[in-house]
Amino acid sequence: MKKDLLSIDDLTSDEIYLILDTTEAMREIGQRPIKKVPTLRGKTIVNLFYEASTRTRTSFEIAEKRLSADTLNIAVATSSVLKGETLADTAMNIEAMAPDMIVLRHASSGAGHLLSRICRSRIINAGDGMHEHPTQALLDAFTIREHKKRIEGLKVTIVGDLLHSRVLRSNVKLLTKLGAEVWVSGPPTLVPPGIERFGVRVSARIDEAVADADVIMMLRIQQERMQGAFIPSLREYFHTFGMTRARVAKAKPDVIIMHPGPMNRGVEIASDVADGPYSVILEQVANGVSVRMAVLYLLAGGVDVD
Amino acid sequence: MDAVRIERSLARIAHEILERNRGLEALALVGIRTRGVPLARRLAHTIHEINQHEIPTGTLDITLYRDDLMRTAVGAQPVVRRTEIPFSIDDKRILLVDDVLYTGRTIRAALDALIEFGRPRAIQLIVLVDRGHRELPIKADYVGKNLPTSRSQSVQVHLTEIDGRDEVEILES
Repeated sequence: MKKDLLSIDDLTSDEIYLILDTTEAMREIGQRPIKKVPTLRGKTIVNLFYEASTRTRTSFEIAEKRLSADTLNIAVATSSVLKGETLADTAMNIEAMAPDMIVLRHASSGAGHLLSRICRSRIINAGDGMHEHPTQALLDAFTIREHKKRIEGLKVTIVGDLLHSRVLRSNVKLLTKLGAEVWVSGPPTLVPPGIERFGVRVSARIDEAVADADVIMMLRIQQERMQGAFIPSLREYFHTFGMTRARVAKAKPDVIIMHPGPMNRGVEIASDVADGPYSVILEQVANGVSVRMAVLYLLAGGVDVD
Repeated sequence: MDAVRIERSLARIAHEILERNRGLEALALVGIRTRGVPLARRLAHTIHEINQHEIPTGTLDITLYRDDLMRTAVGAQPVVRRTEIPFSIDDKRILLVDDVLYTGRTIRAALDALIEFGRPRAIQLIVLVDRGHRELPIKADYVGKNLPTSRSQSVQVHLTEIDGRDEVEILES
């Protein structure tokens, strides 16, 4: 493994499979009466979150605690960032207190790369702007593999706000690397230009995109990142691209429906689909803890000798 | 040690287990990954052949409890595999099984790991080979064979389930 996990590009297919296999072992720890192993005792991990997050921050913190690391959370609302400190200065100050790892969530793409250059601590990207969210893609891959026993050759359809989605970018990189056939669909205003170059099929017609899909992954309409009119209205969006039971019926009979959360019910996904029999949305959340334990464990070791 | 002697040692250990433990209900076998696992299964099988009693058998991976993790700046982390103990170990007599007893550090890690699962009445240790050179105050209760070795040698246990053949060999390094 490299020093940091900033992007799926940092991982080879073998390393991805190693993470998924290690996740299997980590999951068992969460089923024990005492959900804790001593592995990262004495390691300090700082969770530095510049954006709102419930799932990811909680998930990392539970994972860190199950591995016995000392953790601390810095939420921007209570930090010196409000007094005008830059990200680099904040990072150097945290670095001066010698943590072993920093888990960073930031609204700017590439924030993790900046920290990686100035910090000796290992950096895990927990979402940087519209760029990547590698641990989300890893937990999605784990969830898919658990249901389908493989990733290679599956048709995975990703629908929604593709433009603003870091989950999309990480998933496309990971799934194509492991040999899945990835389709994407969304309103033309929310499809990033040149996305075909990542090796995906693009269709503006959702029914074509979901036909015979093994996996459907819904993405949230990220209104907080939208400056301008990307969609006419949320109602119209639901009508054209929302995941309804009728659309699910066009996929394979054993399709699984995924969503990285937080969900906008009635916007990108109907409630009866989100809570329905094909939904694995809460399994994704549960698997997130195990995947993050695997990543923390594997990154805490020595650096590869080149 | 060849296949016949390995089989004979395990048969003897199975009989010793029955002799020393009256009341088999409280017994459970736990094999330490990797080669303790098939050894534990074989012992369970042999005991079943002798008196038709099923002894619950589990698998323990001690990687996350090792005392040499993260002590070097280079190199990948050891691979972690699943621990599977599908029964409560509370008040059980646990028979912990490993292939080779050497420094005792693996067993120290295994004891730490086991105790997270509950409070067994007792833990006994079974090893196929005891090669000496202990670094911790740990002793086996059942030994297949004592093999005097030097520290420069290595003891390799091969088992059919994993390696396609049964053999114990001493390698000079």
